[in-house]
Amino acid sequence: MNIIVCAKQVVDVSEMKVDPATKKPILHGVPQKISDIDKNAMEEAIKIKEKHGGKITVVTVGSADAKERIKELLAMGADEGVLVVPPEKYDYYVTSSLLAEAVKKIGKYDIILCGEASIDLFSGQVGPRLAGLLNIPQITYAQSVTAEKDRVVAERNMSDKMVTTESTYPVLITVTKEINVPRLPSLMQILASSSKPINEWSAGSLVSGKLNPMIETVELKGVPMERKNIVYKDDIDESVKKLVDSLAKDGVLR
Amino acid sequence: MVLVFSDDKKLMLELLGKGKELSKDHNKKLIAVIIGKGDDTLAKEYISHGADKVFIAETDLHAFKAEEYVDILENVVKETGAEIVLIGSNKNGKELAPRLASKLGAGCITDCTNLHIKDKKLVAERMVYSGNAIAVEQFNSKPSIVTVPPKVFEPAHADTKHKGEIVKKKIETKKYASKILKVHEMKSEGVNVEDAEIIVSCGRGFKSKNDIKLIDGLAEALKGKTIGCSRPIAADLKWLSEDHWIGLSGHKVKPKLYVAVGISGQIQHIAGMRDSDIVVAINKDPEALIFKSADYGIVGDLYEVVPKLTTAIKEKMG
Repeated sequence: MNIIVCAKQVVDVSEMKVDPATKKPILHGVPQKISDIDKNAMEEAIKIKEKHGGKITVVTVGSADAKERIKELLAMGADEGVLVVPPEKYDYYVTSSLLAEAVKKIGKYDIILCGEASIDLFSGQVGPRLAGLLNIPQITYAQSVTAEKDRVVAERNMSDKMVTTESTYPVLITVTKEINVPRLPSLMQILASSSKPINEWSAGSLVSGKLNPMIETVELKGVPMERKNIVYKDDIDESVKKLVDSLAKDGVLR
Repeated sequence: MVLVFSDDKKLMLELLGKGKELSKDHNKKLIAVIIGKGDDTLAKEYISHGADKVFIAETDLHAFKAEEYVDILENVVKETGAEIVLIGSNKNGKELAPRLASKLGAGCITDCTNLHIKDKKLVAERMVYSGNAIAVEQFNSKPSIVTVPPKVFEPAHADTKHKGEIVKKKIETKKYASKILKVHEMKSEGVNVEDAEIIVSCGRGFKSKNDIKLIDGLAEALKGKTIGCSRPIAADLKWLSEDHWIGLSGHKVKPKLYVAVGISGQIQHIAGMRDSDIVVAINKDPEALIFKSADYGIVGDLYEVVPKLTTAIKEKMG
């Protein structure tokens, strides 16, 4: 079974600070990591490989420093990494076009696994776009995946419905966070990962001509949230009394 | 042309509301798309809500399937020359829109909370970084495809005098190797957190499913019967159905009073409740993030605080 996992390097949103004056997020200096749900996709790929054998290639579209992040996925169990460095300006259209060309260059594949969305922007576009460009079936929001030799069955969480979908290969699957718990690599695996190859492909080597983004971000606005932040920490009976008095004063007890 | 599509009628009326505004301002026609059996009653309803044309794409498909629906919509967009495409942002719409965009070589923005046209370009706003910022995105290409979540825009008013035409067309689609084996309706408790004025929510601070009953009493004392929860309670532990789930991938709420009990306050949860008027947090960890997003907080064991608070509120309210 040849499996391709698409993973994105993102800012660690939980480490992000907000500028107190402008209320805008400070993106500079925030640690980077592999988007959480892409690690679930990686874990699922490893499980499928454990059952059927084969090869896992992880593909990232991102800056050169994403190599360090790809190493984490190689330590988890990927066999090979591919880093595609995008042009200066890129959007979902550019990213998915580059991924599609990278997938074609990798060649034979049965399953492409992606997270349902990345934790930074949470658009959920890359999976369905890539499936569309490759003209293959898409199984989104998978909460469980059972891969057989010639076909895969997935249970998909569509909010009000659970939809069971089957497909032959090749197929693209996006997974949710609930599908599994990504493994932590052992020290041995981390050391061994340094001998696994990471290929760096430039955008120009994959696509002839310039890829122009279809959309651009013109502004990043802050989201002001004014809260009183009154915290009662002492005696619980006293705290409860103060809270009830405050709520009554605010007019929400009726 | 502005084209709107959703398989959810309620959402469709909201898309028509916004679509009408975008098309009026720019002298464009508003087209509603129905995929499935030809349903004239529904088509007439969409016309009375502002559609100038209803395009019924007839198909033999029994249930929504993204691959085939995209092929149909690709056809309709090309045939109508639509420049703006609004798609309802339920999960079906969210897997549909980007694939449609890839087929049309178009730009797409999902979960838009604001839409307007500036210098003939569609500009959209969406929440990013788990609700810590709003990105203002501009389309430099056509068609411009966006998805719109429920309750972002006002539904269109009905005007039975409004005229429009109904076009029916059978569109053949490619056969895809995927098929739906089973559709299982999720157990829903019929809760509507999005409309609730008072919500009491629970998180991982609760030790067992049975203990959640504690907040029923508090919710009742507050004269609000709506119970919400954070992601782990609905998605991992499944102690409550997903209609209770408040957060980035759950429901977004804006009650007058939001009480978070035993919720740590991960930003994904905050993204779902940040529009609440007054936020109260109860958590035993004084460092819990939730206190930063709360107006009032009590540091203490919820198993002690909640019963006492329930009693105190009952006494206060008489």
